[in-house]
Amino acid sequence: MTAGEVAEFIDRFAESSRAPVRPHTTVTSLRRTDDGYQVDTDQGGLRCDTVVIASGACNLPVVPAWSGAVPDSVTQLTPFDYRGPAQLADGPVLVVGASATGVQLAAEIQRSGRQVTLATGEHVRMPRTYRGRDVLWWMDASGVWDQRHDEVPDLTRARRLGSPQLVGTDERTTLDLNALTDLGVELVGRASTVRDHELLFSGGLRNVVALADLKQDRLLTGFDEWATRTGVDGDVKPVERFETTRVAASPRLRLDLRGIRTVLWATGFRADYSWLDTPVAGQVVDGKGQLRHDGGVVDSPGLYALGLPVLRRRRSTYIHGIEDDAREVVGHLAGHLGTGQ
Amino acid sequence: MTTIGSVDNGVNVQALLDAREALKGSPEAAQFTWRATTRWENGVHTTTTVKDFFGLGAEQTHKARSTFTADHPDVFAAEDNGITPIEYLLVGLTSCLTAGVASVAQNRGIQLRSVEATVEGAHDIRGILGADSDVRNGYNGITVSFSIDADASTEDIEALVAQSQKRSAVFDALTNPTDVTVKVV
Ligand SMILES: Cc1cc2nc3c(=O)[nH]c(=O)nc-3n(C[C@H](O)[C@H](O)[C@H](O)COP(=O)(O)OP(=O)(O)OC[C@H]3O[C@@H](n4cnc5c(N)ncnc54)[C@H](O)[C@@H]3O)c2cc1C
Repeated sequence: MTAGEVAEFIDRFAESSRAPVRPHTTVTSLRRTDDGYQVDTDQGGLRCDTVVIASGACNLPVVPAWSGAVPDSVTQLTPFDYRGPAQLADGPVLVVGASATGVQLAAEIQRSGRQVTLATGEHVRMPRTYRGRDVLWWMDASGVWDQRHDEVPDLTRARRLGSPQLVGTDERTTLDLNALTDLGVELVGRASTVRDHELLFSGGLRNVVALADLKQDRLLTGFDEWATRTGVDGDVKPVERFETTRVAASPRLRLDLRGIRTVLWATGFRADYSWLDTPVAGQVVDGKGQLRHDGGVVDSPGLYALGLPVLRRRRSTYIHGIEDDAREVVGHLAGHLGTGQ
Repeated sequence: MTTIGSVDNGVNVQALLDAREALKGSPEAAQFTWRATTRWENGVHTTTTVKDFFGLGAEQTHKARSTFTADHPDVFAAEDNGITPIEYLLVGLTSCLTAGVASVAQNRGIQLRSVEATVEGAHDIRGILGADSDVRNGYNGITVSFSIDADASTEDIEALVAQSQKRSAVFDALTNPTDVTVKVV
């Protein structure tokens, strides 16, 4: 599905569900009242018994604090500003971050003829297809996506995990770090800081790629075990393993930013809860700006959340996770209304 | 859950996990200051002592004072009273990574029988001698080789070593820049 098709799909759902959608309306504050919530918007107020916060997990790009030390001669962009390589000056580009956004943009920019250096911290490696099926088919069929939030060993970490290195193309190509190396992208370690016009990279690149290679193998082994157990072994192609990630003999540790035209920060996104009134925010937003909730139930009667990473299960991070999540969270909400608060 | 069956590598993982939980809510207590004092002896021979540190909101003391002698070898026309300072970095790195392997193994229920890490640091001394300004003073590269005998598959052992780097203080201090202030008092 293209971006436009996804938007159309959601528009159609809005029509068919006949929910009273108020488009082009920004909520400017949410505050507690004696018996519910007062929601103010730029189009007037609303009184609510219950509120579901579904404002998304990716409202703002995250950029390291030290990005201010990058010299003015370098144009700094986030994925919110980036539209395509045509908008970039000719010349070398540093892409910081090697999750889904970083690897896709690194490939696109390298193909436009600009030399890309890709700063690579911890990442999640995944083949696009495995044993002849899309990796997302495996995630779904083998039950990885069904793992519940209260079964995930380190939930805080799972909720902060970067997106897998995947790209959706008709050819279903894998876009891992080896594919980028083959395109000519230069891999370097995690960007650490700027010192005297130079960006310094971590010397730990080999470790982050080893961690990702090992985790990919563990994921695939889990798929294989599931396939054997459930007898689908015969329906899929033979077991395969992928080349370990290649790293240069001595990866670059520093880059003179005076020779770089553009830095693209693909360093993740965060939710924006600045529109919650201070007393509400103080109670429900933690010190790192994340909403505190237990499977979408927020610790403020009648307040709920949907659409956050690993909200109730691993699937929650993705669009199709909403179905089960909404049913369960709305179930709780209906119970809350039923008890007359 | 953390001491699975009879696995015992001598690491009290439960205490570490409890500390992790406790310190999540009190970041002040997690602030530690490590200290050492170095005295010049003669030539490039020095003696460093370590006894006290600060942590968990209070002054702390090691059970015993430790003393470290540093010098340069014969080939540097020195007396070789002890190892060179840059070798101490290797001591720090492999002792940290090896301790990490034991802790992660304990947490994952893997019994270790033996662990040996060999480290090599490639050092072009033209840097410190000022013979070539393009050569850096420090290591050009460090290689650590682990030889581990344990009740675990090769993949699990590789994962132990990878995870130990991920949680290592010295690995981080060597691979990432650290702001260093040196002053005269
Ligand atoms: C780069 C990227 C790629 C992704 N790719 C995939 C993919 O291929 N497949 C997949 O299944 N999932 C993908 N996801 C995840 C997917 O986008 C989310 O799961 C999904 O968008 C969540 O939907 P949502 O409605 O909860 O939140 P969002 O889609 O984020 O929508 C939140 C809405 O709330 C609005 N809003 C925020 N604050 C206010 C306010 N104060 N007042 C009024 N409105 C407000 C926002 O403007 C926005 O329209 C991707 C995510 C990212 C960031």
